Amino acid sequence: MAESVKVEHIPSLKQVHEMQPSEILPVIDDIIAQYKGTKGALIPVLQSAQNLLGYLPKDILVHISESLHIPYSEVAGVVTFYSFFSTVPKGRHMVRVCLGTACYVRGGKEVLEAISRDLKIKVGETTADRQFSLEIGRCFGACGLAPVVMIDEDVHQRVKPSKIHEMLEPYRDAEGDGHENH
Amino acid sequence: MAFRNYILVCGGTACESSKADAIYEALMAECNAQGVSEEVQIVKTGCFGFCEQGPIVKILPEDSFYVQVKPEDAQELIAEHVVKGREVKRLLYSKDPVKRHAKVEDIKFYQKQYRIVLRNCGFIDPENIEEYIAREGYAALEKVLFSMSKEDVIEELKTAGLRGRGGAGFPTWMKWNFTKQAASEEKFIVCNADEGDPGAYMDRSTLEGDPHSVLEAMTIAGHTVGAQKGLIYIRAEYPLAIHRLEIAMKQAREYGLLGTDILGSGFDFDIEIRLGAGAFVCGEETALLASIEGRRGMPVPRPPFPAVKGLWGKPTVINNVETWANIPVIIIKGGDWFSQIGTQDSHGTKVFALTGKIRNSGLVEVPMGTTLREIIYDIGGGIAHDKAFKAVQTGGPSGGVITKDYLDTPIDFGSLSKLGSMMGSGGMIVMDEDDCIVDVVKFYLNFSVDESCGKCSPCRIGGRSLANLLEKITKGNGEMADIDRMREIGEAMKKASLCALGQTAPNPILSTLHYFRDEYLAHIIDKKCPAGKCKSLITYSINPEKCIGCTACARKCPVGAISGERRAVHKIDPAACIKCGVCFEVCKFGAVDVR
Ligand SMILES: Cc1cc2nc3c(=O)[nH]c(=O)nc-3n(C[C@H](O)[C@H](O)[C@H](O)COP(=O)(O)O)c2cc1C
Ligand code: SF4
Ligand code: SF4
Ligand code: FES
Repeated sequence: MAESVKVEHIPSLKQVHEMQPSEILPVIDDIIAQYKGTKGALIPVLQSAQNLLGYLPKDILVHISESLHIPYSEVAGVVTFYSFFSTVPKGRHMVRVCLGTACYVRGGKEVLEAISRDLKIKVGETTADRQFSLEIGRCFGACGLAPVVMIDEDVHQRVKPSKIHEMLEPYRDAEGDGHENH
Repeated sequence: MAFRNYILVCGGTACESSKADAIYEALMAECNAQGVSEEVQIVKTGCFGFCEQGPIVKILPEDSFYVQVKPEDAQELIAEHVVKGREVKRLLYSKDPVKRHAKVEDIKFYQKQYRIVLRNCGFIDPENIEEYIAREGYAALEKVLFSMSKEDVIEELKTAGLRGRGGAGFPTWMKWNFTKQAASEEKFIVCNADEGDPGAYMDRSTLEGDPHSVLEAMTIAGHTVGAQKGLIYIRAEYPLAIHRLEIAMKQAREYGLLGTDILGSGFDFDIEIRLGAGAFVCGEETALLASIEGRRGMPVPRPPFPAVKGLWGKPTVINNVETWANIPVIIIKGGDWFSQIGTQDSHGTKVFALTGKIRNSGLVEVPMGTTLREIIYDIGGGIAHDKAFKAVQTGGPSGGVITKDYLDTPIDFGSLSKLGSMMGSGGMIVMDEDDCIVDVVKFYLNFSVDESCGKCSPCRIGGRSLANLLEKITKGNGEMADIDRMREIGEAMKKASLCALGQTAPNPILSTLHYFRDEYLAHIIDKKCPAGKCKSLITYSINPEKCIGCTACARKCPVGAISGERRAVHKIDPAACIKCGVCFEVCKFGAVDVR
């Protein structure tokens, strides 16, 4: 796995959320308490924290590292190793294009290119107004309906590159406000 | 039957995504509205396997098989089928609409299948333990606890000849026996549900459709080898399977089938779920264990094998989901019975996710020794859209391709490796004349490069070099010497990589260099992609004979590369065209040529 984010570049909670760590840390402490006594708790704790915040800012990682008595470098190493973890916030809608083999041979790459063109972002990026993030997935278990795109929880089947704009339309925010974070 | 009709609604992932939930609700509502809710039981089951035709609804006792059902069809299904006893013909499955097949056994898709692993998928409600128990569920556990010795269990697995379904095909009884014989206070049982092959979903469907079979098997292993704790390592991307496992574990505890003093035998065993965090290499057993321990999932050299020194240094049995699902049946029916199924080399069945350019995509379970031709043509219904068959790929990123000359090979572990491919976990992707072999190989190689953990250099550097060479060839800059270079790098990776990811990553290249050398040469010498896939080597143009000037392509072209008046022949500006293929897709008159 390419270590795409350098450890020292992980942004802090304040930088992206304008939120004080004191508002979040008690909740993180609750999560850590749940895994007290569990061996190998680091990954489950990180997963829960990310589910809560949508990503893992630096202050949270430092806090987790201190609470679990695991060196920060090791925590950051784990975070950058696994593709599930993100250290930057995501858009309100997650667009995941399946690039499993079945979807690939049935035109998944062309679908991905069309979406990337329409949203003007690349894989792993988020639109400037934070409406959409674009990612790829590997086999959603719906190969018979390939190519498949998931937008949030919705599965779109047999997607055609020519119909991408129409597919994304219902998710677009009419006012296009760029202020929300989640 | 206590009810007049049983209605089974497929609740596998593919069908759920096509609104199976809404269908279920609509059927419920209609039963109430039409006053038959007392006489009908509606059950949401696991995957029926016939995903191409989903969402699927089956009605018993008539065994009518309805396909592509929509919530709006509920009214008619209840009014006609249930109330009046007349099948709704327009929804029955058929290849030709004139002669619709009514019954499951008439459908060719199912005729050559033999279901051991998927025995309950599509037949029971996976969220109800009683339905599992009603089909001999937990009878194997009872037998193991009360009427078999631990040695008997190992012996039964040995007679059965069960080999691991996670890829390597290692004899299951041997693993169990190593762990059993290892002296340790603490031992672990692990279920590998990481299912990394990017084109496969057998394990997911098994867990979604029959979670108890895996729980029961893990408990049996715990008792046999002397472990009290099991862990299921499952991909976080499988929320439905995780949900059903959690329900199953809760119910099993309530029934005294999991937890302390199981069935009053004095044996304690419990299971915990651990979510994977998105790294393919964590499917490899030593990396998986590192991940459970909370570290980066990097493989470590074996031996020692996990069976002797595994999780937290303790002896650990680690098996794949499909391997687990076989165990209860073997215990009940006996190793002898199991060993009769399949071939000399491989006993039992194998589940495949049959996908790609096939008419009937879906999950199929066949006895070992079934030929590829039977799977693709008899079960899969042949190639979609009457295109020509080109190759079938098995073994995912570690496997190779098989060409039409070898379609009659009976498949088992041995025969597939002899052909330069491998069984793998069960992905089977069918390719047709429109698929470019070099492009597909590039897809697999890029996958392996992305997923390499980076620990050892043969895999990290070799994989990158191979990917670069393939990129160069598909861009039209390839030279003849590149073929030998790829072969040399591939052979070196095979020998020197630390784990099977790096050792097998070159397989797709090596196998296709052998069977599809001509196609590489077309890219390298003629600078042409015969299948019309590789963008640098193709051009889009409009055939003036066929174009009627409907303007569809010009309106859809994302870069405005197409010009032409209404009802006049259109033209593509090759300098502006980004080769996205949209014009080809939208032209209803076949007037766009790809060359
Ligand atoms: C790179 C790599 C990925 C693997 N992925 C999986 C997987 O997704 N699922 C699985 O069951 N086994 C996978 N395996 C095989 C496991 O290492 C191991 O052999 C298997 O879990 C043993 O179970 P079995 O004996 O029941 O097959 C993988 C192996 C390698 C080298
Ligand atoms: S072969 Fe690849 S995946 Fe396996 S240990 Fe080496 S670098 Fe990691
Ligand atoms: S391939 Fe795409 S870019 Fe090229 S002409 Fe057709 S629609 Fe336009
Ligand atoms: S490959 Fe896309 S859903 Fe399976």
